[in-house]
Amino acid sequence: MHKLRATITKDFRVLMRDKIGIALMFGMPVLLVIIVTSIQNSTFELMNKNKITVLIYNLDSGRISKEFIDAVDKIGMFRIELDRRDQQQAKIIDRMHEQEAMLAMEIPADFSEKTMRAADVSAGKALESFGLEGDKAKPDSTGPLPLTLYYQPVLQESLRRSIEGALYSALQLVESKQVLRAVYFAVNEKTMPAGLEKSLMKNSVTLNSIPVSWDGIRHTPNASQHNVPAWTIFAMFFVVVSLGGGIVREKLSGSFTRLRTLPTSYFLVLLSKQLTYLTVTTLQAVIIFSIGIWIFPFIGLPTLDLPSDIGGLFVVTLVCGWCAVSYAICVGVFAETQEQANGFGAFSIVILAALGGLMVPGFAMPETLQMVMQLSPLHWCLETYSGLFLEGGTLADIWTNIVPILFTSVLLQAVVIMGLKMKRLI
Amino acid sequence: MTAAISIRDLSFDYPGSVSPFFSHFNLEISKGERFGLFGPNGAGKTTLMNLMTGLLTAKSGSILLEGLEIKNNHNAINKLFGLVPQELSFYQELTPVQNLEFFGAYSGLSTSEIKTRTDELLTILDLNDVRHKALEKLSGGMKRRVNLAIGVIHRPSLLFLDEPTVGVDVQTRFAIVEYLKALNMDGTTLVYTSHQLSEAEGLCNKIAMIDEGKIVAHDDLQALLSKHEQIGLEGLFINLTKPDA
Repeated sequence: MHKLRATITKDFRVLMRDKIGIALMFGMPVLLVIIVTSIQNSTFELMNKNKITVLIYNLDSGRISKEFIDAVDKIGMFRIELDRRDQQQAKIIDRMHEQEAMLAMEIPADFSEKTMRAADVSAGKALESFGLEGDKAKPDSTGPLPLTLYYQPVLQESLRRSIEGALYSALQLVESKQVLRAVYFAVNEKTMPAGLEKSLMKNSVTLNSIPVSWDGIRHTPNASQHNVPAWTIFAMFFVVVSLGGGIVREKLSGSFTRLRTLPTSYFLVLLSKQLTYLTVTTLQAVIIFSIGIWIFPFIGLPTLDLPSDIGGLFVVTLVCGWCAVSYAICVGVFAETQEQANGFGAFSIVILAALGGLMVPGFAMPETLQMVMQLSPLHWCLETYSGLFLEGGTLADIWTNIVPILFTSVLLQAVVIMGLKMKRLI
Repeated sequence: MTAAISIRDLSFDYPGSVSPFFSHFNLEISKGERFGLFGPNGAGKTTLMNLMTGLLTAKSGSILLEGLEIKNNHNAINKLFGLVPQELSFYQELTPVQNLEFFGAYSGLSTSEIKTRTDELLTILDLNDVRHKALEKLSGGMKRRVNLAIGVIHRPSLLFLDEPTVGVDVQTRFAIVEYLKALNMDGTTLVYTSHQLSEAEGLCNKIAMIDEGKIVAHDDLQALLSKHEQIGLEGLFINLTKPDA
């Protein structure tokens, strides 16, 4: 124990002198997590909380356009801004260029009239098919006048399609309602009562949405819940710059050689490095999580909610940290120069992070990359953290994701021993 | 009396080499000697020292340190000897005290022993004023003295010194040599190699000249000088290691 304590003390002292290493291990991830979370937060807010602003230029003064605008409003995903000041298409486009809104819609002047005419035609056809004599309204020879939707090109394709789908639903609702009214009027020669209209238009089938999380509760995804664990993992693996470089320095300085001539096993040195840097990775997690909990709300970012299973979170942090430390030692043992350790170490972590889904979600990757993703230890680390932070799981729920991390760590340790023997360092 | 070092029928070659570096090599160094190992560059001095300290493994033959075969007694052997390598083998980021604390513990000393030895060595080697300064900020001579202090912190009975004074000024060299003589007086066997032949002449009482993995001379320094009619080690070195020697 005396030797181990002395070795750990030495490792901490060396670490404390490595100012650049400390800045890279603590400063850089803290900056990254704040910057990236801030950037992604606006996207998450747009998707989760903020309504999409839509400028509506209603050139129609009829009832149907008002009903259509009401229907759009009831969808719940739009913040409607009506504009009658200017009715020129060029002005709409100008306002869009000025980023006033992501969407704009122009309702043509005779929208109500044409929609009602089309409804009368549909009603007449329906009555005719029942063997009843309906109103012989003739279809409008100019055809229905389309609504025009303007959108910012930056709008994601999937989001634009969702918006179009929602607008079509509103349009369908208004048209169906008008057809129903026309049929009722043709049969009863009086206006359909509001209560009946409401009950007829009401959906009889409801959609039951169930979140598939471990605890059965809906966890609204936000930038903090996504980014804090991801960049914590990145920070942990970035210890490669300090630890990998430190091992190379030790090899090159001759300290390594001297240690081999002393009556102690080199495994003690490895154990000490692992314990020292495991403390570092745990400290990184504590600092980054603390920033998510206490600093984020002050800078307008969502507060990080810790998982209910704090014990599980601690175990996952240790397991991920051990994997990161094993990787760093492996790089240090095989690198010949400090430049190699730092360069390859940093580069490989960025690549493994990208492949592991830390930068772009795994489900958004091509199929081939999704297969390659399984090889990145950072992917499995992210999976375990996601299980706790996003899916409300406990250690018992996510242990299958821990197994590959442990396997990778043991494999890396074996490679380290092999490398040390191959290079005649032990 | 047990020899400090006994090398018998040693063979060694580096991987990929055509001919063996050492073949059936024999050498005996007695306890209490100040033994100098000399030879031109590439003669095999450092290789031999690495074999004697277990950093390299012999292909065949045996090396015994104070009667213990190095192959099978790693821990016991490593307690016996100290090594002062040519490279400055310590943590430059740490202070002399912090380095001695670590290497002392790693050599098996207790906390109190480390403290006593650290104070003793820093005083003897005149490093007290810089005991809490990071080594990277110290002069070359001071670093050499710390390199030596680490090698002797556990009071080894056998000390290997590979160019212990390379790159230092005359005063530091003198201080180191005087300290080594004092250690030897206390019973430490010294095995020393250097290109500083004038320094070696003042330190060693027995020498071996090796060239191309073979011993070309091995005797008391004075006996060798008389035999080869030389007045100094430099002349002897040139005489014994010249191409037609």
